Amino acid sequence: MTARAVLPRVGLHLAAIVLALWVLVPIYFITLSAFSTQESVYQYPKQLLPRDLSTETMRFFLDSEGIVPSLQRSVIVAGLTLLIALGLGAPTGYALARFAFRGADSFRLAIVSTRAFPIVILSIPLAVTFLRWGIDDSVYGVAFAHAALALPFAVLVTSSVFSGISVELEEAAMTLGCSRASAVARVVMPLALPGLAAAAIFVFIISWNEVFAASILTLRNRTLPAQVLAVLNASPLPFRFAGGFFLLAPSLLVIFVIRKYLFNMWGRVVK
Amino acid sequence: MAEVGFQNVTKIFGKVAAVDDVTLDVRDGEFVVLLGPSGCGKTTLLRCLAGLERVDAGRIEIGGRDATDLPPRKRRIAMVFQSYAVFPHMRVYDNVAFGLKMQKESKATIEERVGSAASLLHIEDFLDRYPAQLSGGQRQRVAVARAIATRADVLLMDEPLSNLDALLRMEMRAELKSLLQKLEATTIYVTHDQVEALSMGDRIAVMNAGRIVQVDTPLAVYDRPLDTFVGGFIGTPPMNFVHATVALDDGRPVARLGGGTVPLREDARAHVGREVVLGIRAESIEVETQPADGAVAATVVVVEPLGSHNLLTVRAGDNLVKVSVRPDLFPAPESELWLRIAPDRIRWMDSDGGGALGEEAEDLARSREATLALAQDASTALS
Repeated sequence: MTARAVLPRVGLHLAAIVLALWVLVPIYFITLSAFSTQESVYQYPKQLLPRDLSTETMRFFLDSEGIVPSLQRSVIVAGLTLLIALGLGAPTGYALARFAFRGADSFRLAIVSTRAFPIVILSIPLAVTFLRWGIDDSVYGVAFAHAALALPFAVLVTSSVFSGISVELEEAAMTLGCSRASAVARVVMPLALPGLAAAAIFVFIISWNEVFAASILTLRNRTLPAQVLAVLNASPLPFRFAGGFFLLAPSLLVIFVIRKYLFNMWGRVVK
Repeated sequence: MAEVGFQNVTKIFGKVAAVDDVTLDVRDGEFVVLLGPSGCGKTTLLRCLAGLERVDAGRIEIGGRDATDLPPRKRRIAMVFQSYAVFPHMRVYDNVAFGLKMQKESKATIEERVGSAASLLHIEDFLDRYPAQLSGGQRQRVAVARAIATRADVLLMDEPLSNLDALLRMEMRAELKSLLQKLEATTIYVTHDQVEALSMGDRIAVMNAGRIVQVDTPLAVYDRPLDTFVGGFIGTPPMNFVHATVALDDGRPVARLGGGTVPLREDARAHVGREVVLGIRAESIEVETQPADGAVAATVVVVEPLGSHNLLTVRAGDNLVKVSVRPDLFPAPESELWLRIAPDRIRWMDSDGGGALGEEAEDLARSREATLALAQDASTALS
């Protein structure tokens, strides 16, 4: 290979390494600190290698008041958000992908435009409404708000997932004895699974990481990010690292678990 | 097995009639090809029959039953799609078994039918593979096996060979034809490839702009096209169309065109003085190298050697004419030739390119009457 051919490759790899480090180094330090003794968290300069591993910091964090319940609430809220956003979003996405109905384009635009209203502006009227409905300060209120945030995304992503699956496959199933519903269940859904999984990851993470609406809509029953934020200023450094790790870990875990569905299914890349 | 009937079927997309008042009857076990250029409505007509499109007017019958409003699964049809539409998440076996499983056949029946369909299409060795591991030709076989495994009454094929390369297409064409002869299934086959249509069909329905222009056997459609569209669409090269005037020469009817006169059949006498279009196949023209009586002078423009024959493009008066000659005849460009055309090999039509004249007009009437009679038979049988 000539220098001319090698140089761009080296540049590309360097850029990739820098980007990866940019993401990985903070994750590494957060994880390291979360699993160190409390003293070593305060140490400067930082150790680069895990020297004194301990669950002391994590235990301290988990034993702090309100953390375990808020963790449970976060899981429930993210799960509910996932159910609502995909339960409504996937059928909507399917309709947008398959049927040419009057106003389909304006509908698509309207879905996107809902994201134009910042959650800051939506939160106050939402809080008032939820107070009236009696679902303020509950997981349902937060899940509804999160579902509203995630729904446009769920609709658009699932719509493109379904458009990527040839209509002829569905029609073939229908000529072979399926109704439209069973053609969707037997042929479309298995093929859409990787894409739907991707949409599910993002919806889950949108909810898991969302802090603003959660903070406004809850007071005592906070989700984890809202809880951590609320007590952040008054907490010691080990608590912050452990909290950071707890917010980070599920997102990473979910991505790693569902990743294989994203790239490789039935021995080929699913478009 | 079943007969199929379209009665005044119309399908409108937006403001365009994709299928415009089509009436066609297909006999039990018959192989009918819907042939036409892209956008002529042939695929739409097939999809209406499959139940994948709802017709806007008219009636569709399958096996004597009114199927106009039936969903696809209740029509007892099977379809092979242009893209094959083989399910990528199922092994070949499950693809072929899909229709049988939907019909809730017993496990033994499914195994037996999948086995026989697979052996007919020579895909026994791939049954455990996923479609992604197959070549295009093999996937095509899977699609056909899947369609025939259900033993549907009517087999629909939408350009099944168009995604194969030329050599494979020719191979599959013969194989598919012999397979369908064995199955004796009523088959409706859509293609834009006139060679496929001529070589496979019992009858060809030529479509243009949403309408059926002519329905007849491949030979009749080839030799006696009803208008210039059919003549121009079918055959390589397409039929020659030469403008001429009918006249009397020594009391015998002839066509005058630049370069000379061509004798016509006796019944052309009725059209003396009229402007006509003569339809002549390239292989119906004989070539003389010396001036001869009743032959038209022409100048050679291009010679294309094609192995089995040579294709000449010659100029006779204002008309460019394609002539097929034996492979050892290599006239020099710009040299003179004389064309002789047998009167009964000439098709004459209205000069506006429309319908056929004389005996040809009778063909037209015959074809329409036959269609009508079939339609009436079908409706009396029903009522």
